[in-house]
Amino acid sequence: MQFGVFTVGDVTPDPTTGRTPTEGERIAAMVAIARKAEEVGLDVFASGEHHNEPFVPSSPTTMLGYVAAQTERLLLSTATTLITTNDPVKIAEDYAMLQHLSGGRVDLTMGRGNTGPVYPWFGKDIRDGIPLAIENYALLRRLWTEDVVDWEGRFRTPLQSFTSTPRPLDGVPPFVWHGSIRSPEIAEQAAYYGDGFFANHIFWPKEHFIRLVDFYRRRYEHYGHGSADQAVVGLGGQVFVRKNSQDAVREFRPYFDNAPVYGHGPSLEEFTEHTPLTVGSPQEVIDKTLTFREHFGDYQRQLFLIDHAGLPLHVVLEQMEILGAEVVPVLRREMDLMRPAHVPDAPTHASRVAARDAAAAAPDAAVAPAAATVA
Amino acid sequence: MDRRSLVVLSAGLGQPSSTRLLADRLAASAVEALAGRGVGTDVTVVEIRDVARDLADHLVANATSPALRHALDAVASADAVVAVTPVFAASYSGLFKTFVDALDRDALTDVPVVVGATAGTQRHSLVLEHAMRPLFAHLRALVLPTAVFAAPEDWGGDAGPAGASRSGDALSTRVDRAAGQLADVVAGRPARRPHDPFDDAPSFADLLSGR
Repeated sequence: MQFGVFTVGDVTPDPTTGRTPTEGERIAAMVAIARKAEEVGLDVFASGEHHNEPFVPSSPTTMLGYVAAQTERLLLSTATTLITTNDPVKIAEDYAMLQHLSGGRVDLTMGRGNTGPVYPWFGKDIRDGIPLAIENYALLRRLWTEDVVDWEGRFRTPLQSFTSTPRPLDGVPPFVWHGSIRSPEIAEQAAYYGDGFFANHIFWPKEHFIRLVDFYRRRYEHYGHGSADQAVVGLGGQVFVRKNSQDAVREFRPYFDNAPVYGHGPSLEEFTEHTPLTVGSPQEVIDKTLTFREHFGDYQRQLFLIDHAGLPLHVVLEQMEILGAEVVPVLRREMDLMRPAHVPDAPTHASRVAARDAAAAAPDAAVAPAAATVA
Repeated sequence: MDRRSLVVLSAGLGQPSSTRLLADRLAASAVEALAGRGVGTDVTVVEIRDVARDLADHLVANATSPALRHALDAVASADAVVAVTPVFAASYSGLFKTFVDALDRDALTDVPVVVGATAGTQRHSLVLEHAMRPLFAHLRALVLPTAVFAAPEDWGGDAGPAGASRSGDALSTRVDRAAGQLADVVAGRPARRPHDPFDDAPSFADLLSGR
């Protein structure tokens, strides 16, 4: 099981001091968080991608490449990469480059993006969100798996005899997750390709997310990639943790009450009851996170959002110390104990290279996604 | 006996409220009219004031409480709807509209709806025609021809010819006419199959071919 942090990269004033960090400070904070993730024994750092204020991470591979140079073990990911408004050719090239530079420590989470004006700024229409995600990703896969591509589609200028460079590291593209908070179509897409599905289940009610993940698992099995409980699931979750529960609540409440996404709405108590947000002691975070497994089944990746709502960097880094020392080791042990042997870990570059080589040695043993039945 | 579901939306704020009173009259008349056509009715009343805070949380934090989810799901699976609002500032109330805003886009497509309104004076009666009817037309609902408005005098004027002459047909006559129109439509069509985003999800072959 992989544990990590994901960041939206928002520049938000600290409601307790009124101070807003500069863009430079926020970018430096994201890098510090990534480095801390490796230092405290987390597995993954994932950056959002945004092209509007107040968000800074418009250029994820620049940042992830910089982080790659300063880390040795950390997996670099996205949350999410805009498959709708980015040119799939640039995604193919940028992330293959990052694969080479990081020694294969890369995967991506595809998302559509929900900010209306971003689409026209990139020459697209938000009403085409699903068709864009389907067509662009189909092209991206071909660019990564076929050396020479002839292609024509609805949204992008055609390609003749095009080779995306560099080719993926060891001939194996980065693993891809697809993120969605609403759309069965995206769960269907993830299932069809045998890719991972990431549910940032931060909104109420959780029943919808349970159906979404169940649907993905069912369709994953339908397309012949394995049994439903072997499908590759990632989940989000927000935490604020202190040694004592009361201290956590007291310290976090002004941040919660003024948070950009959910502030000035439900109370902290209501929100924590109905969503993955946990504000409390390490044990409370452990208990709450273990309920995710009960709701969604054994899963492969847990990402925590910890740097939101204007929390200052030093507080975020303290959170990570506690996560790394007191929360994640326990979760890792508990989750591993409960997971049946036939449920796999999240794919990594090494495991994907090994699977490719094994499939080449015994061609009948594995079902390549391209051979899956379309139904 | 064949059965259909009727959801009654009432946006009254007082307790008791004249809006709820009108909604109940319409519902009772609809149940009776459907029974006369051999159809049983399961009535669910949604008092929108009971989910007022939930609606605010839904707006600002994308949070849907179990109570609000239950109400929205009831509307989305209803065979028929009675929707009644008080008139505020020359239109439906903000609370009523907030509930309608929270419905899924297809929640009322093709669903027969009787609209009603209450106000302190008859001068607001055209709210039904310039606000309520276009709102439900936007949702592609089947808004029935008779809409029912009740001003204070309607609650007393029913029995006597004087009341009837002041406000046109008596309230009970208008209520029964609307309910009869609703019953004709509901009894003449099969029960609704609720839309399920997962059961109805397109396969990848359809997605890939842009169907």
